[in-house]
Order: sequence, then C-alpha cells, then structure tokens
Amino acid sequence: MHEMSLAEGIRQIVEDAGRVQGFSKVRTVVLEIGRLSSVEPEALAFCFDLVMQGGIAEGARLQIDALPGSGWCRQCEASVPIDTLYDPCPRCGGFQVQATGGTEMRVKELEIE
Amino acid sequence: MCNVCGCGAGETRIEGQPADDEQMPARKWVRAGAPDPHFHRHADGSWHSHAHDEAPADGSIHYGHGPAGAEVPGMSQARMVKIEQDILSKNDSYAMHNRGWLADRGILALNLVSSPGSGKTSLLVRTIEALMVRVPVAVVEGDQQTSFDAERIRATGAPALQINTGKGCHLDARMVGQALEKLAPPDNGLLLIENVGNLVCPAAFDLGEAAKVVVLSVTEGEDKPLKYPDMFAAASLMLVNKIDLLPYVSFDMEQAIAYALRVNPQLQVIQVSATTGAGFDAWLGWIDARLAEARVVRDETVAQLRARIAALEAALDAERSAKV
Repeated sequence: MHEMSLAEGIRQIVEDAGRVQGFSKVRTVVLEIGRLSSVEPEALAFCFDLVMQGGIAEGARLQIDALPGSGWCRQCEASVPIDTLYDPCPRCGGFQVQATGGTEMRVKELEIE
Repeated sequence: MCNVCGCGAGETRIEGQPADDEQMPARKWVRAGAPDPHFHRHADGSWHSHAHDEAPADGSIHYGHGPAGAEVPGMSQARMVKIEQDILSKNDSYAMHNRGWLADRGILALNLVSSPGSGKTSLLVRTIEALMVRVPVAVVEGDQQTSFDAERIRATGAPALQINTGKGCHLDARMVGQALEKLAPPDNGLLLIENVGNLVCPAAFDLGEAAKVVVLSVTEGEDKPLKYPDMFAAASLMLVNKIDLLPYVSFDMEQAIAYALRVNPQLQVIQVSATTGAGFDAWLGWIDARLAEARVVRDETVAQLRARIAALEAALDAERSAKV
C-alpha cells in the first residue's frame, strides 16, 4: 500500500478544510481505516509526520480508528465478520465470502484550535 | 522520497516531459529534528501517536497534549470538526472523470497489474497483434524509469505513451487523465494500461478503468494471492501466464486458483501463455465481450443525447411559433 500517497491525500483534505472553514492549526487528525483496507498504520504514521511538515497539521497527532471487516457469505446468504480478505466464513467455514465492509480509508474529523 | 516504500512525489514524467504536477509540491522528506512520535495500538484496534515526553500516566487518553505541550486542561480552545471524506477522494474524482471520458468515446480501458516480470508487456504485444486487425488498440505504459515498454508496444504499430513515475510505485488517475489527452486513443477501441510492476500499491488507485486484470505467472508461486490479497480482491480477471513453463516449475495451479478465489470469489480466471498463444482464444473472447458492453453504453449515451437534442429543438420551435 502506498502510504505516502495516502498521507498526501490526507494533507490535501486537511488543508482544503482549513481554507474553507477558516482554521489554521490542527492538533489531531482522526482517521477511520477499515481492517481490510491494507493500510499499514505504522507506515502511515511515519509518512504522516513527514508529509504534514510546513502545513496546518504540522506536529499534529494522528489517531486511527479501526473499522471492523465484514463480508457477504454466498453460501450462508448472510453478512459475517472477517479479519482478512481470505478469512473463511465463521458460520460455514467456506470461502465464498466477498468483502463488503472494512475497506474504508477516511478522514473522520479534526481537532483544531 | 518515502523511506518506507521508496515512493516519492514530483518526479512523474510523461514521454520524458515533466507531468503537470501542481498538487504535489516538491518537499524534502526529512524529519527535521522533530521528536520521534510514539505510535501504538490499543486493544480496540485503534492507533494513536504522541510524543514520548507527553505520555499520559494512564496510557489511554491522548487529547490535550498539543505539540507545544502548553495547554492547560479545561482552558483549551480546541474543537472538533467533522470531515468524513475518503482519503483517496481526489484520485477518485479524477478516475470518475476518466471513466466518463472513456465511456463517451466507447473505449474499453483495462488496467493490467502484476509484480514485475510476470510477462505483462509480452502479453500486451501478443494481444495487440491478435486484435489490431479488427479493433483499434492504444496503450499507456507505466514504469518508474525508461521507455523500453512503450517502444516494444510501438513496434507492433499501436500508439503507446510512456509514463515514468520516478520513484512512484503506481499510476494514479491524474497521470492517466493527462496521458489520455496526449494519446487520444481512437473511439470504440481498446485502451490497455500497463501499471507499474507492483503487486501492492496499484490495488488502491482507481484509474477510471472498466476492470483490473491481474497477471500471475507460474514462475512466481501459487501463494501470491494470499500474500498480496488486495490486488486479487480488486481485480475482475486473473490471467495465469507462462503456462508453457508448467513442466519446468513446481507451481500448483489448482491451489493458486483456489487461493485467488478465496480472496475474491467472483474473480474470473484464464490460463495463458504469451509465448505460445495458449489460452488466447478465451482471453480475446473476454475482451470482445467487454468491448461489446462498452459499445452498448456508448450507443445508449448517444441515443440519450439525440433524444435530448430533439426535445430541446422541439421546445425551441414551440417557443418560436408562439412568438410569431
């Protein structure tokens, strides 16, 4: 996963929000990252610090809220919780599970001054 | 440059010319004496960062410790602002634009992704040679450096444009949008986008393609779909390439396909050899079916536009006769 590009995307969203809503200092950036999204939180945190330099979120803390993974089991015809893209269905043990939730990568909110 | 994955910004080139990169100001990726942030995982799966010197005693709540470390509890002017925006929303809006641009022209775009050395370019060359007599084909080539691949494609007679991503590890929708304008692929044709050889990063970036096609070669090992599941989850079709080498390698085809289907139960699979042409009937048939779909969409768009024009003209006529 390309964490540097993701950090650039976060910076763009943060800077745009600051311009539109008129704030110039961000203390905390809160992300929602799905468990199935394959973002490596530590790599993203590393890139985050570098990419935010010189912007309104320089030195800001990063909080990543994990969202659970879920999939649709075609055998059970039910939504089931999964932790990886290749997990078997916890009900029937089969692999007919298509990921449906937990792939999100969102900027949820900002703590600003 | 990113020390984590080696990627960088501001080094993209299209046919050797710097890409229009206004949104990516060149920055130095240097940690200029900043204190090393402490980043850790909580039992609930969430992650927080904070500088070591401001770690709270209970280890659980991290608000109220600003970078300056000067806030007084209860006196903070901080407030929360809801954002709720996808991190890749910018890329996705470019991708949506590309998708519309392609649909208007009846062009079927396929995004070919794989690890380096899976035989994507050889596969493209053979595909182009087979299709060119009946379908116009154009190619966008993505590589970190060199225009070797675009040159190989042009040798077939098909127009090709090389994007060099510099240190970047994937194509994004903006690069492809710029390439489309320069390349001007023919209407009702096939656009093949050969992504940077990388089984990880390109999975997340929508380019506006109709489908991602992942190429897995039998020299790579059958466990790739589980090791790099994101790419196989994002793809619509898996081409298992180099099947002419099966007698010489220990590759468990059944297991490879089972692993891929475990990640993505809807994945279609075709076994091919770009060297011998084995399996190409099925692969070309798959493309033909997709081309037919793209044309139907375009015909519907044209029919809708014609109906709209006719309705507007009728309204204009009514307006004119009312005035007379």
